[in-house]
Amino acid sequence: MRASGMQAFRLRTVIAAGVVAALAIGGAGCAKSDRDSGGDEDKAATGGTFIFAGAGDPKNFDPIFNDDGESFRPIRQIYDTLVTHKPGTAELTGGLAESWSNDPTGKVWTFKLRQGVKFHDGSALDAAAVCANFDRWFNMKGEAAQSQMIYYADVFGGFAGSPDAVYDNCKAQDAGTAVVTMKKYKGAFPGAFALTAFSIASPTAMKQYDADKVTQNGDSFAYSAFANEHPTGTGAFTYGGWNKATGEITLNKNPDYWGEKAKVDKMIIKVIKDENTRKQELRAGTVQAIDFPAPADRKALADEGYKVLNRPAFNILYLGINQKNPKLRDLRVRQAIAYALNRAQLVQTKGPGGSTVADEFLPSTVMGYAPDVQKYDYNLDKAKQLLSEAGATGLTLNFYYPTEVSRPYMPNPQEIFTVLANDLQAAGIKINGVPRPWNGGFKDDVQQFGKQDLHILGWTGDYNDPGNFVGTFFGREKEEFGDGAMTDMFTAIGKADATVEPNAKKAAWEQVNRDIASKWLPAVPIWHGPPALVTTKNVEGLVPSPLTAEQFNTVSITK
Amino acid sequence: MLRVVSRRLIQLFITLLALMTLIFFWLRSLPGGPVDALLGERATPETRARLIKALGYDEPIWVQYGHFLKNVVTGNFGNSIRTGEPVMDVISRSFPATVELAVAAIIIAIGLGVPLGYLAARHRGRALDNATIILTLVGISIPIFFLGYLLKDWLTQSVHLFPPSGRISTGMDNTDVTGLFVLDGLLTREFDASADALWHLVLPALTLATIPLAIIIRITRASVLDVLDADYIRTAEAKGLRNPTVRKRHVLRNAMLPVVTIIGLQTGALLAGAVLTEKVYNWGGLGTLITDSISGSRDYPVLQALILLAAVVFIVVNLLVDLSYAIIDPRVRVR
Amino acid sequence: MSQLAEHKRRRIDELTARTAEGGGVSLFRDAGRRLLRNPTAIVGATIILLFLVIAIFAPLVAPHDPVQRFPELTKDLTVDNIPGPTAGHPFGSDPLGRDFMSRMIYGARQTMFVGVLATLIGLLFGVLFGAVAGAAGGWIDVVIMRFTDVMLALPSLLLAITLVALARQSTQWTVIVAVAIVNVPIFARLLRGSMLAQRESDHVLAARALGVKRRDIVTRHMLPNSLTAVIVQATLTFAVAILDAAALSFLGLGDPDINRAEWGLMLGVDGVRYFEVRPELAYFPALAIILVALGFTLLGEGMREALDPKNRR
Repeated sequence: MRASGMQAFRLRTVIAAGVVAALAIGGAGCAKSDRDSGGDEDKAATGGTFIFAGAGDPKNFDPIFNDDGESFRPIRQIYDTLVTHKPGTAELTGGLAESWSNDPTGKVWTFKLRQGVKFHDGSALDAAAVCANFDRWFNMKGEAAQSQMIYYADVFGGFAGSPDAVYDNCKAQDAGTAVVTMKKYKGAFPGAFALTAFSIASPTAMKQYDADKVTQNGDSFAYSAFANEHPTGTGAFTYGGWNKATGEITLNKNPDYWGEKAKVDKMIIKVIKDENTRKQELRAGTVQAIDFPAPADRKALADEGYKVLNRPAFNILYLGINQKNPKLRDLRVRQAIAYALNRAQLVQTKGPGGSTVADEFLPSTVMGYAPDVQKYDYNLDKAKQLLSEAGATGLTLNFYYPTEVSRPYMPNPQEIFTVLANDLQAAGIKINGVPRPWNGGFKDDVQQFGKQDLHILGWTGDYNDPGNFVGTFFGREKEEFGDGAMTDMFTAIGKADATVEPNAKKAAWEQVNRDIASKWLPAVPIWHGPPALVTTKNVEGLVPSPLTAEQFNTVSITK
Repeated sequence: MLRVVSRRLIQLFITLLALMTLIFFWLRSLPGGPVDALLGERATPETRARLIKALGYDEPIWVQYGHFLKNVVTGNFGNSIRTGEPVMDVISRSFPATVELAVAAIIIAIGLGVPLGYLAARHRGRALDNATIILTLVGISIPIFFLGYLLKDWLTQSVHLFPPSGRISTGMDNTDVTGLFVLDGLLTREFDASADALWHLVLPALTLATIPLAIIIRITRASVLDVLDADYIRTAEAKGLRNPTVRKRHVLRNAMLPVVTIIGLQTGALLAGAVLTEKVYNWGGLGTLITDSISGSRDYPVLQALILLAAVVFIVVNLLVDLSYAIIDPRVRVR
Repeated sequence: MSQLAEHKRRRIDELTARTAEGGGVSLFRDAGRRLLRNPTAIVGATIILLFLVIAIFAPLVAPHDPVQRFPELTKDLTVDNIPGPTAGHPFGSDPLGRDFMSRMIYGARQTMFVGVLATLIGLLFGVLFGAVAGAAGGWIDVVIMRFTDVMLALPSLLLAITLVALARQSTQWTVIVAVAIVNVPIFARLLRGSMLAQRESDHVLAARALGVKRRDIVTRHMLPNSLTAVIVQATLTFAVAILDAAALSFLGLGDPDINRAEWGLMLGVDGVRYFEVRPELAYFPALAIILVALGFTLLGEGMREALDPKNRR
């Protein structure tokens, strides 16, 4: 045995020597511990560390260059927006602005700022700082930077010099009053002011760390030191670093926060991509909360005593219909498809806990939701009858569905497709399933080229405005729906969006939703599926947000 | 020796260039990719056009290829689409994780495999031998991701014997020197971190070791049997040389050659196994990176660098195995 | 290209040399006899035969259509509750309210289909390249062999993953082809080595002396004799093929059509996802995969032993 040990040892030495030589580029000489010598672990009874398991890597921490939930989670703790949402709802309330108002034209927005608010670098939040942010966005230079300001381009139409740009100017009336003037009215406001992408950052820090510097490198972009190492806002937590080797983002309590100060001293967001592993870590006690548990696990976790927090549904899954196919231009055929889908059964068998059948393309909590639209309850006979009336028997349709993706509104696209296809086959429509990888052709084929007859897709809302749902889908002609002929619909939506007076606006949107269901039916709404959070028993104060915009300053860990 | 190495390096360079060219043009011909991955769900057509321009995708393909080659030659593989950091940073961070896992797996496979194979050979045809053979057969027939999955479910959920995932406990705040957490802990005297990392290593390493273990057992057994049958051992025995130490030394030393070969052969298989093991245990090494760069995000800059790296590692390990061959058996000379 | 590929190559060539030595029909007869006396091969063959019967007669054996959804199963089906065995459904439901037992039975068919096809395609192209290289020699040989060296240099599953990632669209065929391509160089090398050994063998020399046409020598004399080694390798390849297909499914890169009842897909997707809701969804297909893989490995090992001239004492 000694002989074999020797041989193996020698081999190991060879391998280890090679590896160490290759890796210890910095040299083993500087192998000094750089841990905090302070030993700040668990000294305060009320403090402690809150470990939250997220589902993916953030991109960076400059709000304006991000558009995904995993980046926004830490960003929301570090920064604040002018206007924000009441915890647990999509209703607006004051953020950095204590109050806001607009003039009758809806173009001039006046924000009364909170007094005495300081950025993490000590500089003051005043009207000048707010305007510096608005001006920064509008005047952003370079294709690279602009191309990553996805929310800005969508909401504000364009940048300096563009004829479509909505933003005009921002003036600091006094230190506590910022006046933002738009070139035209847009229904998205004031809701869009609450978008995390439009968080207010410290102008001093942005200047110091060259925040606007976005450089193209290969097939992607490199961001500034501000975005990566020195994100500076006014939020309840300060940025404490991102250890990419272990997937840990550290946030420290901001002792000078203007609002309710964080109850924990430190928060760690641990990135665990696999939903099953997140659950197992929760059970092992290594994390105190997880985001997006698998729908299949929620009940078991609740039974074991974990707190399953369902977010109020603020999303929609729909079956898209492409009218480039002449057969599908017939309303009766589209209605037949709606009748053929047993959505109640789909929700029962495959819907995440708390999901409901959708009759409209927006959740009932959003302004403009009409309680009395035409409903398409499962009716196979009616579906067949409509198909034969339309002379569309023996129809064969290409049904595109995504793979390699899981979305809160669509936890498992393949299962959803299989069930829906099954229903349609039962009505005599032949389905040719076409799977495409989410980023490897699905979005291209469906949204760029409109190659499909049918597809499944959905949306999670950003703010409480029907324009964010219905307007996004049907506000203009899209390849996705091949709906170029539906000019009535575009006009109606455009009018509703442009209405300033709140009651008239609500009525206009309700009528749009009624007409979509009965007259136009460009797609079939399937379900609203609430995503969930799960925490251990001793976590208090976490309020699930319909916008997945949780603030963690209210979270405490009881012993 | 120097000539061998330099010849290998030239071969390496040509292979890599061909591979890069192929991959570049192939990836450009695929639908979706970086543009879709960078845009998310909310981009307007204008933003899309802007992005295509920003990335230079509107330039002629050979111009793009020129940029690409220039970057690669200067060691710049671009930035990751997923995290926006330079690809080489992502890879050099993930590399040690996989090395740590693979080395642990190899240690387990050799540490268990060689003695087991030897014992099985010495007890040829008896219960121990048969049991070992059946075990190895099941070992290579079980989908290893499922084995990992079961181990994880049994040993981390019902009983909290091991941590379910990751390389180190969250909030351990260990100092990163080489990226090999167990080693780092020893170097920096953060022994708790070292122990913790070792604790995290057990299950993934066991899972990854399954197939190499089964193969090493079988090869050791077979080559020990061969050597036992060989004339010089018989002669030694006939001469009355029965000292077990001498015998073990003779037998094992000569039986090691094929085993070393197999360890070399298994390096590639280990990397493939690591893809599955790392996904099961959220390990955060190259395996995780490969899956992540394909599934979902389509992180092509990372993917093309990884393919290159795989080729490089493979060739380098080959060279190492050849060299260790020469060390163990002086008769073998590297050509 | 590299020493490592060369080790693989050497092992392959060794196998070739052993199996190609005898030549002629007597080898097959002889091997057949020894195969029947080899317990390893018998056990392997029995397992395979059993599953093959199930696969072929799946429509007769299975109680239901594998893709039909049954109201009695969907009635109580939710994301966190998958009904267990009930009257008429001995294995209970799958995650979509389909008959799990029927899916397991049809799974034998689909899994064998993927395994056999992946092996056959690999074999076909491997044999083609190998035969051309072996028969032609010269620069054609060099080019083909360089190419197989490059392919041998990459770990098989990794190559398959990359191929699936590089495919325009993933289908059942992408998976089959990805798993198949991995085997092409192995078969090519195997066959070429065997052909080279044959070229110098007595009966080929004799045939050439008798003026038999070159093409006839290749197809009638050299190829048949070289195929023995290839058949052994193919048997072993089959086991790897279904394991690789399962691994691809687990990574989310497998066959996207979950209507298809294939064990790797059932294990890698549903089995893992619903493991806590109903572990049978994972255990059954896993067990089936292990058994079939084991069967082919045993048969392959048995055949190798039986065909090894060293054992012909």
